[in-house]
Amino acid sequence: MSLLSNTKIDFLSKANAALYLSLGLMVLCSFSFFNKGLNLGIDFTGGTLVELGFEQPADLDFVRERLEESGYAGASAQIFGSPREVLIRLPAQVDVNSSDVSERILAALPNTDMRRVEFVGPQVGSELTEDGFLALLYAFGGILIYVMLRFTFKFAIGAVIAIVHDVVVTVGLFSVFGLAFDLTVLAAVLAVIGYSLNDTIVLYDRVRENFRSYRNKNSRDIINQSINQTLSRTLVTSGTTLVVVLALFFLGGELIHGFATALIIGIVVGTYSSIFVASTSLIFLGVNSVDLMPVEKDGEDLENRP
Amino acid sequence: MNQYSKLRYIAILTVFVLGCLYALPNFYGHDPALQISSLRGNSLSNEVVVQVNDILTDNRIPFKSIGLDTGKILVRFSDSDKRDMARDLMNASTGFQNYVMALSLANASPEWLQSIGGKPMSMGLDLRGGVHFLMEVDTKAVAKQSESRFISEIKNSFRKDKIRYRSIVRGGIGIQIVFINANMKERGLILLSSEFPGLESRENGESNTVELSVSTDTLADIQKTALQQNLQTLRNRVNEFGVSEPVIQQQGINRIVVQLPGVEDTAEAKKILGATATLEFRMVDATGDIQAAVAGKVPIKSKLYSERDGNKILLGKTVILTGEYIIDASSGLEAQSGSPAVFITLNGKGARVFSRITGQNIGKPMAVVYIEQRKGRAVEEVISVATIQGQLGKRFQISGLDSTQEARTLALLLRAGALAAPIEIIEERTVGPTLGKDNIDRGFRSMVLGLSLVLIFMAVYYRGLGLVANVALTFNVILIVALLSVLQATLTLPGIAGIVLTVGMAVDANVLIFQRIREEVANGNSPQSSISAGYDKAFSTIADASITTLIAAIVLFSFGTGPIKGFAVTLCIGILTSMFTAIAGSRAIVNLVFGKRRLLKVSV
Repeated sequence: MSLLSNTKIDFLSKANAALYLSLGLMVLCSFSFFNKGLNLGIDFTGGTLVELGFEQPADLDFVRERLEESGYAGASAQIFGSPREVLIRLPAQVDVNSSDVSERILAALPNTDMRRVEFVGPQVGSELTEDGFLALLYAFGGILIYVMLRFTFKFAIGAVIAIVHDVVVTVGLFSVFGLAFDLTVLAAVLAVIGYSLNDTIVLYDRVRENFRSYRNKNSRDIINQSINQTLSRTLVTSGTTLVVVLALFFLGGELIHGFATALIIGIVVGTYSSIFVASTSLIFLGVNSVDLMPVEKDGEDLENRP
Repeated sequence: MNQYSKLRYIAILTVFVLGCLYALPNFYGHDPALQISSLRGNSLSNEVVVQVNDILTDNRIPFKSIGLDTGKILVRFSDSDKRDMARDLMNASTGFQNYVMALSLANASPEWLQSIGGKPMSMGLDLRGGVHFLMEVDTKAVAKQSESRFISEIKNSFRKDKIRYRSIVRGGIGIQIVFINANMKERGLILLSSEFPGLESRENGESNTVELSVSTDTLADIQKTALQQNLQTLRNRVNEFGVSEPVIQQQGINRIVVQLPGVEDTAEAKKILGATATLEFRMVDATGDIQAAVAGKVPIKSKLYSERDGNKILLGKTVILTGEYIIDASSGLEAQSGSPAVFITLNGKGARVFSRITGQNIGKPMAVVYIEQRKGRAVEEVISVATIQGQLGKRFQISGLDSTQEARTLALLLRAGALAAPIEIIEERTVGPTLGKDNIDRGFRSMVLGLSLVLIFMAVYYRGLGLVANVALTFNVILIVALLSVLQATLTLPGIAGIVLTVGMAVDANVLIFQRIREEVANGNSPQSSISAGYDKAFSTIADASITTLIAAIVLFSFGTGPIKGFAVTLCIGILTSMFTAIAGSRAIVNLVFGKRRLLKVSV
């Protein structure tokens, strides 16, 4: 079976449309990110989280009442996963930096099954935020260096533009839709970087190979040809990865819901970006065959000219 | 023709067989088990095994097996409910007050598999349930304590050298000494610089006043020592608490990570880990006027205390003995009354002091004060008052405790020693057993579904070669599981997600190869050379793509903690194994199946 074999789509003719789409998305995402911000989980903000299991479908009003009686009016309670599970969240309090809060919440709701308790002190939260940002920077840096060594500087820039695009859009959509952003989502964003880059590298590999094989073609044709040659593979791999991530999304449970969501967004955006953004960037950066010629001595270079 | 040398086939086959072998223990999994050990670390004898066996049989709690393993008794059960019942039963048994019951998971693989080192994957706290604490040592308190200690040492040496001062106090920054005159100040400074090199002195504008501060290096040393001592105390406490495979590690300069798998009662765990309980023995001031003391007129040599029932009592200011002199403590029941008691053994120095004072005070009442630090404030309570019947020595007992549970906890804390500096829990992650079990089920189900869908897709889309890729993919999952088992890397829920993700991405290498083969075939090359060229040309792309993903995974590993680290580990392992299986593994199968034949067509 084979889909999309021998396609000859002129992807670069859509470069402008793609550019507007990407810029529009990134502006929207950045706007939301800076204005609305992220719905950060307690991993980053600090606070207490208690997940309880009830015998019967839980009565949220009752839970809220009990919480208020115990002096936790600021706590939010919501159904989590199944109707028998309730998630109680309490933001970090300025003067009460105490891990005892969870004990008191548990005591206020006896005869329930303690499924999960998380307490993150504010200092830990701010460290995790800082570490998370650093991790993203290190990943960008490491990838930039590797692609620079294996390809050229222009390719490295192109790859990083594509990744930054994916990260901005993935994180931005979490902000736009107000989805909870916790540590596992950050891990997924890093995995998206790896995944999206995977696609870009496959494309760039082809571009490099084609530049070397067809020296007379112009950059535009070569890049178009490369996208078409790798298109089938790109879609197949994205498809299989998407399938397993969807399995995680539907069967993996609430704890990795955010993780799976980030990966779904990231895979779709990453596939789009390697086809449109990474390739278009190469055109804008003016990549041509000279960039990819193996470094040779002057004399040999002359002899090799057609 | 596409042929591998025999050696290559053998190497790949060996990896395959080893992979299957070491992945196999996961099929057997773990038995919930109860590990019984002696409080004092003695080896247990077969007699105890028989006792445990009898207790369990008498109470009709079925178990799979019981045996001695390196001085500890291991009882395996078919499910964790029975194990928990057994633990509660054993804890309540009179003969077992001085044994530790730890919940653990025992490798359920057959013996031959265990003998070659086969172990199931080690499961993280989010899968098996348990507590994770990140604790911070209060360094300010350590600095404060060290200043107080320096002050009392300075006072001692000034007294010895007859250096006279007006005051020595802890000021806003460090210690402030006011000498009585310039001469004394000079002598004092000389003594300070020779005997207290860890202190830096600064002359204040006012004459006769010197300000001292603990030097940065000294303070760092003191804090390091305090942290080490806290680590040791926590280790002692956790060991006695009854946890198998606990993790107690230093993190950074002033933090400690404590992980207690299988522990559900976080309140109890927090209490024991953070407790600063100790005992003090004081004489009762029987002559003082309680009423007057309650009204505010406390006799000068006494201090007002509360008993557990709320009654007030006056005790002498002088402490006879503190918890530091206790070398052993065990809980049990008092012989006459049957009430819970703690049996205490003192060290040589403590025993001498104690026997001298009790000898001098026969017939007088003595009180035991229980002191606990709660939120930086000492809570003191008189737990028992007893008349000294005779001279007490090295061993004695104290009673007046509320319950056997309290007696056990107090004995544990006295044995494990005090914390050198207060600690605060700054992060807690607890997963209950039900959620842990749910997580395993969910992870497993999504893996099975994800894998099946990918297998079906590959078979439909690439037909013959797709089946080859499917064999390679299955082999890949087996290898990941085997490597995780052998390395005993902790498997977490995000870790399972990492395996699932790898399954989706692992086919990429084969997809790249097959697309290349299709292209070669389309260009009119012969089937055999198309296969060969497909593998060769795809190789560098696969390597590049894998290495870049690996970079992201390594970054993730170095920054992440706990579950995230688990994700990074499976991702890294998955990338490496998938390169092996998708390139070498699938090529070997292709060569075996198609290599020798004259192919008219590649099924791709």
